[in-house]
Amino acid sequence: MVKRVLKEFKVEYLQVLDENGNCDESLMPKLSNEEIKKIYEMLVLVRVFDQKAFNMQRQGRLGTYIQFKGQEACQVGSAIALEDKDFVFPMYRNSGLLIARKHPIVQVLQYWGGDERGLRSPENVNNFPIAIPVGTQVPHAVGAGWATKLKGIKQVSAVYFGDGATSKGDFHEAMNFAGVFNVPVVFICENNQFAISVPRKKQTHSETIAQKAIAYGFEGIQVDGMDVFAVCKAMKDAVEKARNGKGPTLIECFTYRMCDHSTSDDASKYRTKEELEEWAKKDPIERLEKYMRKKNLLDDAYKENILSKSKDIVEKAVTEFEKMPAPDPKDIFRYVFAEMTQQQKEEMKELFGN
Amino acid sequence: MVVATIVQAVTMGLRQELARDNNVVVLGEDVGINGGVFRATDGLQKEFGPERVIDTPLAELGIVGVSIGMAVNGLKPVAEIQFSGFLYAAFDQLLSHAGRIRMRSRGRYTCPIVVRTPYGGGIKALELHCESGEALFSHIPGLKMVIPSNPYDTKGLLAAAIQDPDPVIFYEPMRIYRAIKQDIPEKEYFVPIGKANVVQEGDDLTLIAWGAMVKTCQDAIEKLNNKYSIELIDLRTINPYDAETIINSVRKTGRCVIAHEAIRTSGFAAELIAAINEKALLSLEAPVARVTSPDVPFPMAKLESYFLPDVNRILKGIEKVMIF
Repeated sequence: MVKRVLKEFKVEYLQVLDENGNCDESLMPKLSNEEIKKIYEMLVLVRVFDQKAFNMQRQGRLGTYIQFKGQEACQVGSAIALEDKDFVFPMYRNSGLLIARKHPIVQVLQYWGGDERGLRSPENVNNFPIAIPVGTQVPHAVGAGWATKLKGIKQVSAVYFGDGATSKGDFHEAMNFAGVFNVPVVFICENNQFAISVPRKKQTHSETIAQKAIAYGFEGIQVDGMDVFAVCKAMKDAVEKARNGKGPTLIECFTYRMCDHSTSDDASKYRTKEELEEWAKKDPIERLEKYMRKKNLLDDAYKENILSKSKDIVEKAVTEFEKMPAPDPKDIFRYVFAEMTQQQKEEMKELFGN
Repeated sequence: MVVATIVQAVTMGLRQELARDNNVVVLGEDVGINGGVFRATDGLQKEFGPERVIDTPLAELGIVGVSIGMAVNGLKPVAEIQFSGFLYAAFDQLLSHAGRIRMRSRGRYTCPIVVRTPYGGGIKALELHCESGEALFSHIPGLKMVIPSNPYDTKGLLAAAIQDPDPVIFYEPMRIYRAIKQDIPEKEYFVPIGKANVVQEGDDLTLIAWGAMVKTCQDAIEKLNNKYSIELIDLRTINPYDAETIINSVRKTGRCVIAHEAIRTSGFAAELIAAINEKALLSLEAPVARVTSPDVPFPMAKLESYFLPDVNRILKGIEKVMIF
């Protein structure tokens, strides 16, 4: 009889910047002061956008909107590690990611305003249309990454999803394919502790989401998702690894949704005020401000200036969005197939005349 | 010209496309070293390598899902799903994504995948290995759906499907995989998607079928022994279907029977009858008849002959319409 340990595993946690703005310089990703400022400015911009979009929904100027407040560091911190040509597969809570990935703000507004033109990625970046079903986009990132291997180009695929998505078969099948075929892909799980009302603990009995990568034969890491440096460091490492043919990584960003699930949700039904207050202390932007103040990268004037600049940028986009002519109704037929079918031509004529 | 069965025509079509375009990849369960459970990919991995003829994990959703991602990033994946009964695991990927990518990205991204899968009954196979689900896939905007009925069309339609800029479901009639042999050209040719084939012309009645049912209809016509002049139409493409050929034929004959293996309610015959009502009602001498399987789950081997339409049921349908 033989009984022995076949394999032992570990799951690492990474935090670079704590809640008080103290930084472990040995873990710090390589970032210049200018880059740190850019990260800060982007964090502020996407938060201003998020609040504005929420307000507009309440005023009836946007349709259903999905806020991401609290998760800015996950989205901005990871986007910074990618190149424009890399492929990003976002989900519905990723408006901040899209903005950080050069998607024009006016287009993000267009999408939430019910106009699909907002989803078309600018030519210089690869932003796939956001996924509305949960987790179904994960295999696409694997396929897109796999394609680069066959085409012999160094392009990384990054896919974003929440803790709820890790219960879906799509996630597991995609992770399995990525491991087997050593695909250049980074899986970014924004674990915000809730899938609408269902807490993370009821989503999976695993202690971490990061450890799910182990089952598929590659590395998973949990990072403080409210720490933009930790997200950035883990992402830079994962992207470099993927680009050098060393395969996939799962990054679990441990974060919190400082808002309702959507503009139709009321999170007070399933979360306590105390819990929210505890997480608010970890705020990614305040934390970075504390750090930057210590490093003389931020003072009150700069902070005010960035906030007012961000508001200007967003207001300008809102004005542009609201002036935008409505889409051509015939567009609903134009992009289904490369060429319209006979049936569609007849239906179009029936709807619009000629 | 070379003599080939349907399954050999699939292999020839795949080989031709793999050789023509380096972006074409074939992936699925057992498609590599084993050459596919029906041998449709026989020898292709040896010829084109394991990077382009890929044995995947056993996961249909994954196969279709990663194919979508590959297509979005410039490849032309041809996925094999071992039996069409297993394709439903990937239904969400086809409905929520494949058919909507061009639309949602306003043309920035496209999804030129082909999903090949054997379908249909009559070979006493296991449960869920026999169904005809074409109507389900015909109800997904942005997806094309083709079903060849002979070796020539198989190779020509497969080449057209692989070179099509949009996603195509390619149903292969399992029952006649090896039953029909035909001379087919080795060089490239296309059978256009969306074009039906008038298999034989006739004046009394239009008989419409697709896939393995075309052969059953031909057998029925032979048994009729020229009692009626039948025009047989092989639809070949379910979506977008060739309404023009059907309408022209029904206007000429005034009578129509549609035969399919799929169950009756919401089967594709219903759509064709609606089109005939809209465009050729006043030409009809009799109501259009459907010869289909009944609205029950596909029974196992002992009872499948009661379920599937056969020559006699088709003849009965023809008589009913002729003597109306």
